[in-house]
Amino acid sequence: MTLSIAGAAFKKPSALPGFAPALGATVLYLTLIVLLPLGALIAKASTLGFAGLWAVAMEPRVLAALKTTFGVSFAAALIDVVFGAIVAWTLTRYRFPGRRLVDALVDLPFALPTAVAGIALAALYAPNGWLGAPLAAIGVKVAFTRLGILVALTFVGLPFVVRTVQPLIEELDKELEEASATLGASRLRTLLRVALPPLIPALLAGLALAFARGVGEYGSVIFIAGNIAYVSEIAPLLVVVKLEEYDYAGATGVAAIMLAVSFVMLLTINLLHAWSRRRLGDV
Amino acid sequence: MSEIGLPTVLLSPRQVASESIGVRRLLIAVALGFLTLFLVLPLAIVFSEALSRGPVAYVAALLDPDARAAIALTLTVAAIVVPLNAAFGIAAAWAIAKFDFVGKNLLITLIDLPLSVSPVVAGLVFVLTFGAQGLLGPWAAAHGLQIIFALPGVALATLFITFPFVARELIPLMQQIGSAEEEVALTLGASGWKTFLTVTLPNVKWALLYGVLLCDARAMGEFGAVSVVSGHIRGLTNTIPLQVEILYNEYDVAGAFSLASLLAFLALVTLGFKSWLEWRSDRGVAGQAAR
Repeated sequence: MTLSIAGAAFKKPSALPGFAPALGATVLYLTLIVLLPLGALIAKASTLGFAGLWAVAMEPRVLAALKTTFGVSFAAALIDVVFGAIVAWTLTRYRFPGRRLVDALVDLPFALPTAVAGIALAALYAPNGWLGAPLAAIGVKVAFTRLGILVALTFVGLPFVVRTVQPLIEELDKELEEASATLGASRLRTLLRVALPPLIPALLAGLALAFARGVGEYGSVIFIAGNIAYVSEIAPLLVVVKLEEYDYAGATGVAAIMLAVSFVMLLTINLLHAWSRRRLGDV
Repeated sequence: MSEIGLPTVLLSPRQVASESIGVRRLLIAVALGFLTLFLVLPLAIVFSEALSRGPVAYVAALLDPDARAAIALTLTVAAIVVPLNAAFGIAAAWAIAKFDFVGKNLLITLIDLPLSVSPVVAGLVFVLTFGAQGLLGPWAAAHGLQIIFALPGVALATLFITFPFVARELIPLMQQIGSAEEEVALTLGASGWKTFLTVTLPNVKWALLYGVLLCDARAMGEFGAVSVVSGHIRGLTNTIPLQVEILYNEYDVAGAFSLASLLAFLALVTLGFKSWLEWRSDRGVAGQAAR
């Protein structure tokens, strides 16, 4: 109530009570739990300065880990876009036995704790594992290589693509595809020229989400990666390693670089959503 | 309908506007093959390895003192984190969904922020805040508060990670429902609390429950953030995922998977509950169930 006069321009009038306590509690809690701790990181990072951050990033071991993290995350996100689009299309357009079960299972990487996924993938791809043994027979080594990181990041990123694209496939206007078919276009041409274009912003958003998740992922990667310096170390692991060595400045530097990339990705995703809304609004 | 007047068209547009049966089967096979490789096999190996030494060894692994301490700590953390994040999720959803104010989109973005922060970085920020050299570290030490490498640190890191889960489930649903029903209740003389408890809450109860379940599953399964702040003190600050890591690194694979199977089971319950909610809302039983 005390807010109603001063806040006249701040908030649209409403008959409902409880705005000030609800907003106040939310902002206070958000500040204490999220913003202040993140502020501590930014404060610490700013004492390093840009030169300090650059020096951390250019340490050979850090640079190798950053390259691995960004490179493999991007590759995994691309795999997720291709197969995620196929999965989303199949689940939305086709009817087959067990479809609901499969649909539910897509969220498994969201729900399964990362450490559990990590040891499961490590056991699967171990040299004597269910998949590791046949792969070893044809000379492919997954555990303790970058390929192992790729497998883990593909796992964690998949639902981001499927769940971003799926609602848009449901909303696609089938009559447009029928019109295209009756006008003589082949099915492939219809898919590429009519069905695909409205899905592109969602596919890119899914790519960005899967990539952002991959960059920060820790638990599901460290078991299968083996964490060999310069080969299969990821950036989040280096944060942990530097903390264990009491190198707080180094840990902060790596974290600040990862955080900056996450913010850029978040911004990209929001812009893609805006683009997608504009495109669909035009139709 | 128009195809009746077009005798030259052999297939109806509806048939032309879909892939041929061969392509369909191929795509279904590719999708199912990919999901089997990446989702079914990892899930199957958890339970297969957990039971690899028989049910007696499985139960014995869960009753091990360190395992029991880890389970107790995990349940304690969840008991602290889930009610707090549920309460603030409801408060945030009420403010955001029922009112229009300046900076609302910024607030929504800030609430989602923990989702785009690496768990390891989430742990690090609390070490930097409360650690010996941290901003509040000397203050905490002067007051005899042990935060990092103790239960409060584990709880704080988990609060950070699971902060958005309840709010994210409630906000879209409450925005979609609108506030007309609440306005009617208030006009009829109900108090604000009564309106909330008898009008708002029943409308969103399933979404709230799903958000709580998601928050709980993540709180019990969080690894990266907790790993950084816990200090890995066995029997004291090890949660279930941290104990899984220790057992696995000590080559007690069956023991690690036994504990892991508890979390995998919780994940399956979460997925099952979500599917049930979707099935309900598809059939229109609830009409307003989550997504």
